Amino acid sequence: MSRAEAEPKISVRGVRKSFGRKRVLDGVDIDCGSGESLVVIGGSGTGKSVLVKCILGLLRPEEGSICIDGTETVGLPSAARERLLQRFGMLFQGSALFDSLTVWENVAFGLIQGRGMDRSAAREIALAKLASVGLGPEVSLLRTAELSGGMQKRVALARAIAAEPEIVFFDEPTTGLDPIMADVINDLIVKCVREVGTTAVSITHDMVSARKIADRIAMLHEGRIVWHGPTGEIDHSGNPYVDQFINGRAHGPIKMQVRAA
Amino acid sequence: MLRFVAAIGAVFLTFLMSTGRIVMFAGLALASAFTPPFYLRAILREMINIGYFSLPVVGLTAIFTGMVLALQSYTGFSRFAAEGAVATVVVLSVTRELGPVITGLMVAGRVGAAMAAEIGTMRVTDQIDALTTLSTDPLRYLVLPRLLAGLITLPMLVVVADIIGVFGGYLVGVYKLGFNPEAYLNRTHQYLETTDVVSGLVKAAAFGFIIALMGCYHGYHSRGGAQGVGQATTHAVVSASVLILVFNYLITAAFFGR
Repeated sequence: MSRAEAEPKISVRGVRKSFGRKRVLDGVDIDCGSGESLVVIGGSGTGKSVLVKCILGLLRPEEGSICIDGTETVGLPSAARERLLQRFGMLFQGSALFDSLTVWENVAFGLIQGRGMDRSAAREIALAKLASVGLGPEVSLLRTAELSGGMQKRVALARAIAAEPEIVFFDEPTTGLDPIMADVINDLIVKCVREVGTTAVSITHDMVSARKIADRIAMLHEGRIVWHGPTGEIDHSGNPYVDQFINGRAHGPIKMQVRAA
Repeated sequence: MLRFVAAIGAVFLTFLMSTGRIVMFAGLALASAFTPPFYLRAILREMINIGYFSLPVVGLTAIFTGMVLALQSYTGFSRFAAEGAVATVVVLSVTRELGPVITGLMVAGRVGAAMAAEIGTMRVTDQIDALTTLSTDPLRYLVLPRLLAGLITLPMLVVVADIIGVFGGYLVGVYKLGFNPEAYLNRTHQYLETTDVVSGLVKAAAFGFIIALMGCYHGYHSRGGAQGVGQATTHAVVSASVLILVFNYLITAAFFGR
């Protein structure tokens, strides 16, 4: 029995979400166990980011249920949502660092503004988290615009884990990075998940990254989970969608849209 | 004919929906003012942005407005030998109308555009979503400080604009048109009433709120990258400018309408 089946930390059932007439999620069912690293793969525009935003409560699904530790979270009032969000961390695709703040203020933001922590105590934690992602104190006073893409990802990762959340979401953590920096980020994610025991949900179309950080992989296509299973089984899934995707073939059941819907 | 009426109805419904959305947006932001946390440092930072950094542009427009007003009044009034009213016309026009309206329009161009661009960029780069995931209410953290700063700072800015505008009229009156300085100053405060200044300050507070609201609303709802942010900035300035002129009439009618 997998960890997801034993005790689902996150349980998504029948989630549907549309934008106008375009249905992006069409009945998504997926579980993620406590301390498990789940990676959702899928092509661009298949709704991976929308799924994560629905779990976080940034978007509200039209139908379906999203439970965290067995508690329904769809339609939570704002105060309860704020309390729930304190258990989450999120690494955004474009890092989403606040460019009006310095590096350490970005990392400490959730501690100071979200939890009311004293600035000097929050700064100490921020410096420790920056060190854990390989950034020294000399970086802490820089503005985020002065950082390279890889450094921005590391700062965003430090910010996501600063409050030691129970669940961390990673949205395309290695997109736009060179292979070496991508591997550094993958190592940091693995360290964060395995050593701290955090539950992680990542979305990516980088299969190198997915194989490295995932305990389990799920594939999203046309708004549905078409396959999910342990990482080791993905090469023998017998699923034509998965086979086409992981081998990067142009021909197969997945037809690439050449025009926006 | 039916199609024409339907088109008018559709425009009217769109207007009502937009108004409703803006009122809801402002209401939700203002409601967060009554519960902690309070971001006083953010309010102060926005007050400096809106007030202190707008002083040069507001000062320049105010002094030239006062100067041209004195000159125009003089050339007009001299046709029926009423040159003596120049100082009174300048001070009443500046405090009641031109001070708040010119300041409002200048600040709408400078500050409203900057607010829409900043918040719009935060929206399209996921920074607003990041705020939410860090347990920080974006309306409380981004919008409320700007609304309060606009409300508080514009009246201060208009006091400065009033003083500089009247001084501009004084410069032209005394040094170009040859008025006696003492007589000009006497005329300036002889017919000036508290209501004249207060009505201008009430207008300023309303304009400050409108500028901040339009900047924040359009920035917050911007979509689609750089083009979306550009459109949000344009909408913020145009809608704030139009609303300033509409509310200028409404507040004038409330104070001085018979």
